[in-house]
Amino acid sequence: MTTQTSTPATAGRNGASGDAPIVEVKDLKLYFPVTAGFILQRKVADVKAVDGISFDIRRGETLGLVGESGCGKSTTGRAILQLYRPTAGEVKFEGQDLTKVKGGALRRYRRKMQMIFQDPYASLDPRMSVGRIISEPLAIHGLAKGPARKQRVQELLRVVGLNPAFASRFPHEFSGGQRQRIGIARALAVEPDFIVCDEPVSALDVSIQAQIINLLEELQEEFGLTYLFIAHDLSVVRHISDRVAVMYLGHIMELTDRAELYENPQHPYTKALLSAVPIPDPELERTRERIILHGDVPSPLHPPSGCVFNTRCPIAVEECRERLPEWRDLGNGHWVACHRV
Amino acid sequence: MAPLLEIKNLRTEFRTDEGLVKAVNGVSFEVAAGETLGLVGESGCGKSVSALSILRLIPDPPGKIVAGEIIFEGQDILKMNDDEVRAIRGNRIGMVFQEPMTSLNPVLTIGRQMTESIELHMKLDKEGSRKRAVELLEMVGIPEAGRRLSDYPHQFSGGMRQRVMIAMALSCNPKLILADEPTTALDVTIQAQILEILARLSKELGTAVIIITHNLGVVARYADRVNVMYAGKIIETATAAEVYANPRHPYTIGLLKSVPRLDQAKKDRLDPIEGSPPDLINLPSGCSFSPRCRYAIDKCFVEEPPLASVGENHYAACWVLPTKDMPGTVQTVGVAGGARA
Ligand SMILES: Nc1ncnc2c1ncn2[C@@H]1O[C@H](COP(=O)(O)OP(=O)(O)O)[C@@H](O)[C@H]1O
Ligand SMILES: Nc1ncnc2c1ncn2[C@@H]1O[C@H](COP(=O)(O)OP(=O)(O)O)[C@@H](O)[C@H]1O
Ligand code: SF4
Ligand SMILES: [Mg+2]
Ligand SMILES: [Mg+2]
Repeated sequence: MTTQTSTPATAGRNGASGDAPIVEVKDLKLYFPVTAGFILQRKVADVKAVDGISFDIRRGETLGLVGESGCGKSTTGRAILQLYRPTAGEVKFEGQDLTKVKGGALRRYRRKMQMIFQDPYASLDPRMSVGRIISEPLAIHGLAKGPARKQRVQELLRVVGLNPAFASRFPHEFSGGQRQRIGIARALAVEPDFIVCDEPVSALDVSIQAQIINLLEELQEEFGLTYLFIAHDLSVVRHISDRVAVMYLGHIMELTDRAELYENPQHPYTKALLSAVPIPDPELERTRERIILHGDVPSPLHPPSGCVFNTRCPIAVEECRERLPEWRDLGNGHWVACHRV
Repeated sequence: MAPLLEIKNLRTEFRTDEGLVKAVNGVSFEVAAGETLGLVGESGCGKSVSALSILRLIPDPPGKIVAGEIIFEGQDILKMNDDEVRAIRGNRIGMVFQEPMTSLNPVLTIGRQMTESIELHMKLDKEGSRKRAVELLEMVGIPEAGRRLSDYPHQFSGGMRQRVMIAMALSCNPKLILADEPTTALDVTIQAQILEILARLSKELGTAVIIITHNLGVVARYADRVNVMYAGKIIETATAAEVYANPRHPYTIGLLKSVPRLDQAKKDRLDPIEGSPPDLINLPSGCSFSPRCRYAIDKCFVEEPPLASVGENHYAACWVLPTKDMPGTVQTVGVAGGARA
């Protein structure tokens, strides 16, 4: 990969990039309609998968997005890429609001934004050779034809640490970690600027997770990539992210620098989430404070009024049940939505 | 005092079209009354097959326990007739599995499923067993336990179903609970709830627990002792404190180094274990970890290391027995060379 214009990958790492953000999300909502009726489908309710979130992603950085399953992480990623069309709000990519772009123009933007999926088994078509899988995005966007395409596939395989001769093999011949590398090669094929990594290591064993995480970090440095890294493992997110957003039931609860989030969490949900992660050290575990949250996450069909976390929050007061807390900056880019902070 | 459970040289195999899978390949360990033993290792290393062998739940064909002794309360389970084994299952030994939905009967109410086994094993009448069921559900923190007895499994959330499973596992005052990845399918905050319940109850009731997991943090938090498995064998065993403070097998050392940790400064790069676990049909000669090992010497590739004492109650199967600070050499099993990753 040589044609990629290289933005200094370190800009985001230092958190001090002067550039405009690459992605700007404002009041994004994505509701899935729930329909009833056999012949005449009518809408009876909405699943509020994403319900008014705002954040920026800086060029060259990794923004981590954590939260428990069903909180809306994947939907957020897909709504940014316009794979789901938002119900409301803005998604700006390099200054252009994608929610207003259609057809060929949208396709041109899609080339700059790719996705890596969680399940390395389900996300690769088993009937396609690895070479075809990786070159498919090139075909869609009419890039690198003929022998150049073949060469490009081999180059991509090498970049992700696979043998170029693997191009003629099929997905079932590979282990989970290798399949994830194939998925990464496919995402890189069209030289994107921005990649949504949707739980890319969650399905892998720990020793393999570390291999893939290292690869993603190396690729980011080499090609100046920007990542939205979705995961539910807070230790992994802390390792790879420059900043982290914590999501709960369609809302973002807190967003700040990696170090700040882990050393100085403000939102009661973030605190509970951090304390729930067991650390591989029995000495430390013996003395560690644990905040056990009670009950289950409510359904996004009937989210609680006020702050959506109030039904499980250990410090909730009357106001929390009545009013949605404002999404505000505490200063130096530490954002939080909580009445009690 | 004799241990509650003593497993000697257990071998369980599966006949498949590809060949003979040596899933559990000569495993020996003990569980003392009231103790919590952690069984860790990556997927496919033989954890579940070990647990299922204890209860003689190996599907035959294709599986078969081909050798060993499983001595529970002084009697060899492998020598019992079917009635004797059934009298132990769900009674003296309780079980909690990863996916409660598959181990609960979807068409029977929770009450019916619970009272059935209580009546059978505890010799209680209808009223008595109902009372016992309510008491158990309250013990595991299910709100409105009496009313919920008439609910079906699908009416419970994942976390609540796992609580029901724990209640059922405890219903006949077992001496031992086998918990196979009991929280792997659950979110971290729910995982914390379930593990706390399991830990509290096993302590209060003096029940021994074998907790199977691939999460090193879970074991650190809840286990007294740890068996680390690799390719069908226990490769290291010690108290939890010792395994984490002073691991002596290269695989254990590698596992602990490969995970990012919340309590430690962020590393520039993770330190993965190269390659991936071996195929259990074609095990490498010598030490099965040798193709991935950073410390391997010539002998490792030809001769299998025995589980040897390296300290008080601490055993490891390795010819080199490095300490975690000893530098190793990365073998050239680089993925580009075609090794599986
Ligand atoms: N295509 C869809 N149709 C209807 N509901 C959906 C769809 N995709 C996701 N949802 C719902 O939206 C919510 C958020 O889902 P998702 O974004 O996948 O969460 P996460 O990735 O955090 O686990 C969940 O309640 C989920 O059931
Ligand atoms: N029913 C079966 N038929 C064939 N192979 C099996 C069967 N059950 C388990 N195995 C094999 O036995 C090995 C150990 O599996 P298991 O104990 O389930 O691993 P884990 O450590 O992930 O629990 C694996 O290689 C698996 O493929
Ligand atoms: S026996 Fe040799 S190959 Fe096996 S773990 Fe020890 S050093 Fe590594
Ligand atoms: Mg998701
Ligand atoms: Mg298993």
